[in-house]
Amino acid sequence: MEARDIRLIEVKEGILAESQVLAGKLRERLRGTGTFMLNLMSSPGSGKTSLVLRTIDALRNELRLGVIEADIASTVDSEKVAARGVKVVQLKTGGFCHLDAAMVSEGLDAVGPQDLDLIIIENVGNLVCPAEFDTGAARNAMILSIPEGDDKPLKYPLMFSVCDVLVLNKMDALGVFDFDLRAVEQRVRVLNPAIRILPASCKTGEGIDAWIGWLRGEVRAFRNG
Amino acid sequence: MHELPIVKSMFDICMRHATANSVKKIIAVNLKVGEVSDLQDEWIQRYFDFLARGTIVEGARLKIERVPLVVRCQKCSESFAVDIRQGKTVECPKCQATEFAYVSGREYTVDSLEVV
Repeated sequence: MEARDIRLIEVKEGILAESQVLAGKLRERLRGTGTFMLNLMSSPGSGKTSLVLRTIDALRNELRLGVIEADIASTVDSEKVAARGVKVVQLKTGGFCHLDAAMVSEGLDAVGPQDLDLIIIENVGNLVCPAEFDTGAARNAMILSIPEGDDKPLKYPLMFSVCDVLVLNKMDALGVFDFDLRAVEQRVRVLNPAIRILPASCKTGEGIDAWIGWLRGEVRAFRNG
Repeated sequence: MHELPIVKSMFDICMRHATANSVKKIIAVNLKVGEVSDLQDEWIQRYFDFLARGTIVEGARLKIERVPLVVRCQKCSESFAVDIRQGKTVECPKCQATEFAYVSGREYTVDSLEVV
């Protein structure tokens, strides 16, 4: 084949464009129902479900709560949330490592935002892909747990740069691991100077008040905005 | 696994444009991938090859251009590239402010197709 046979087709199309348009529509929809949606992300085992349960216990008497659970295969997380008597929808992602706006849209239909003040998305445990996809949430939160190590902002820079708040969970285990709090804060601030960093322990309850305070403030600001 | 949905979206764009332009075969795909992306070039190509098997895209070479992370200073509007892995606090080279707006560096764009 000769080079002159080859022609160039201009495309200039970004792959996340479609997902971002849909995410924008979800945000409009939630603005209409006055529902604040939080997208919670982290590695597997860092404490997403524990933080969701702590949040439910703290806010269930003042806010109408719903949870969208995403898991590749199981329903163990949604069973724990349902046991608290909170509205929960389980999305099985069937091997997909993240949620996108289309999947969240289905979750919203099932959970019914018109009757809710706060919806928490528990994203798939993964620090890579969830960071790429806009879910339509008003705010992104992430957990980094102490045993994971203070080098994670260097390894997964995008995740740390898209989040509004970082919860450092399992602070009760700080003495057991070589985790440098100052180093992690410095590494995170390079990527995201405005991020809130909240040390906490879902086990002991340390720092949970600060987390609830942040979330309550965001829900209030959303309603007034 | 993480790469597949992203590469699949790029593959779908290639197929759509190839079909619309009555292409016989795609020789190469010019991609622009943001430097903040965690996906490695080698693996983007491998997943792409997997998806392309048996289609007019089979054998296409991906030419991946990395787009640096660029931010704009909120204070003086200076735009500049940032090395995200340097581990030092980023400040504006002009006015030393530390609040920025994102400009580029997170994209996955199918720029063009080389076809016959």
